[in-house]
Amino acid sequence: MGFTLFYLSLIVLIPLAMLPIRTASMGWERFWVTVTDPRVVASYRVTLISSLIAAVVNAVFGLLTAWVLVRYSFPGRKIVDALIDLPFALPTAVAGITLTTLYAPNGWLGAPLYAIGIPVAFTPTGITIALIFIGLPFVIRTLQPVIEDLDREVEEAATSLGAARWSVIRHVVLPYMYPAWLTGFALAFARAIGEYGSVVFISGNMPMRTEVSSLLIITKLEQYDYTGATAVAVVMLLVSFVLLLAINSLQGWSSRRLGR
Amino acid sequence: MTRPHLTEPRSVRWVLTALVLTFLGLFLGVPLAAVFREALVNGIGPYFAAMQEPDAIAALKLTATAAVCAVPANLLFGLCAGWAVAKFHFRGKQVLTTLIDLPFAVSPVISGLVFVLLFGRQGAFGPWLSEHDVRIIFAVPGIVLATIFVSFPFVAREIIPLMEVTGTEEEEAARVLGAGGLRTFIAVTLPNIKWGVVYGVILCTARAIGEFGAVSVVSGHIRGETNTLPLQVEILYNEYNFQAAFAVASMLTCLALVTLVLKVVAERRVQQEITPAEFARRKANGH
Repeated sequence: MGFTLFYLSLIVLIPLAMLPIRTASMGWERFWVTVTDPRVVASYRVTLISSLIAAVVNAVFGLLTAWVLVRYSFPGRKIVDALIDLPFALPTAVAGITLTTLYAPNGWLGAPLYAIGIPVAFTPTGITIALIFIGLPFVIRTLQPVIEDLDREVEEAATSLGAARWSVIRHVVLPYMYPAWLTGFALAFARAIGEYGSVVFISGNMPMRTEVSSLLIITKLEQYDYTGATAVAVVMLLVSFVLLLAINSLQGWSSRRLGR
Repeated sequence: MTRPHLTEPRSVRWVLTALVLTFLGLFLGVPLAAVFREALVNGIGPYFAAMQEPDAIAALKLTATAAVCAVPANLLFGLCAGWAVAKFHFRGKQVLTTLIDLPFAVSPVISGLVFVLLFGRQGAFGPWLSEHDVRIIFAVPGIVLATIFVSFPFVAREIIPLMEVTGTEEEEAARVLGAGGLRTFIAVTLPNIKWGVVYGVILCTARAIGEFGAVSVVSGHIRGETNTLPLQVEILYNEYNFQAAFAVASMLTCLALVTLVLKVVAERRVQQEITPAEFARRKANGH
């Protein structure tokens, strides 16, 4: 018990406490000027919009994928299921250089897309692609156990009462999955906001256009602007905390709903 | 298999499966193939040559060092935290588990930043450290610390739910029969959670080896000294030495694939571990 708290404080709490301490030393006015600088605000916008789009794409395809993996059978299903975790296991830098090479104007996927007028690498679209990759497992992995737990008898009852398949899905199956679905979405969104490794290569890092907030922190650090870096970090951290709180209350809601 | 009226029409199933496989193929399969294709683009000779570069070997050694420090430390913590949370009642338990998950909620870049704020030249301990000629940031200790931080929650968060499910009855029985605390832990608790521990260690190791953002902030990118494998990939790539970058990347990709296989094996064992215990618990609750 004592060791648990000691180690937790040493490795996590004391280092993280440096953020508010450092911020307090800079004064409110300087903090505000730093975090509302146009270049910083542009980075929030790029980060939040790409993360949101990526999380939505992952929510839609994650729901379909989880459903197909649990309910349907096809050859190689187990291998596909194991591969879902690849984005967690693969170092982000590897993902970053691979996606950049693929979507570059002369890459396997970049060349055809470029030909029809959709440049991907070094644009916000590229950032979104990288964030889709990195957040892919979250929705699938939160939904799979819920679909497995789904009571077949309820579906059966609805069907025998004359409900069509689509309306069983819409009125019986989907409402049951909403909490887990939202949790998965929030997890993917939170991860995308802080992501660095997979984004830094494909984004091109143009200030105001394709510079994400985590990269801006690194840029400021490289200029020895520790205080500025800390201020941006505090803003990002606040956003993640709000999301973390939302996830926790969602989980509470979902466990109450499922009566566990 | 499912009864026909309880699933979608065959055509819908077919379209959905095809759609999902296309999506996964584009986002997982194609990148996976691309890593190996780019690594082997100049044939097998340059591929192995790139991996035998002194800088690549130095990076491999540093990555191994960081993992060897971080994994046992976090394993020990995970066991203690699991023990504390699952077997004792105290106030603020929820707060403790939330705090343990904290490093997951923090961007890797911020994880690195906090150590720079602590030990960097302008950091809290910076002046004292430079007076005593101790380097943490832009040196190996900083990399080890950042690695410990980002891989911190993995073991604990796998063990805590497992220990909660197995309950305390068996430990109490062992105590009544006269076993000491440590003996109870080794003979009773550990066998119950063995595969959960293995599972956590696998995830922790994978993260420790692959971490990029946090390590990148504290490393200083000194070739042959403070570069881990992922940082070496970045440097080679930024020098337009794509083939070598992908050769090193392919090594990390193989490790990731091995992780996935081990994970599936451990996951299955965890389910076997949890099922009898869960069964007993449900029975006790009158289900």
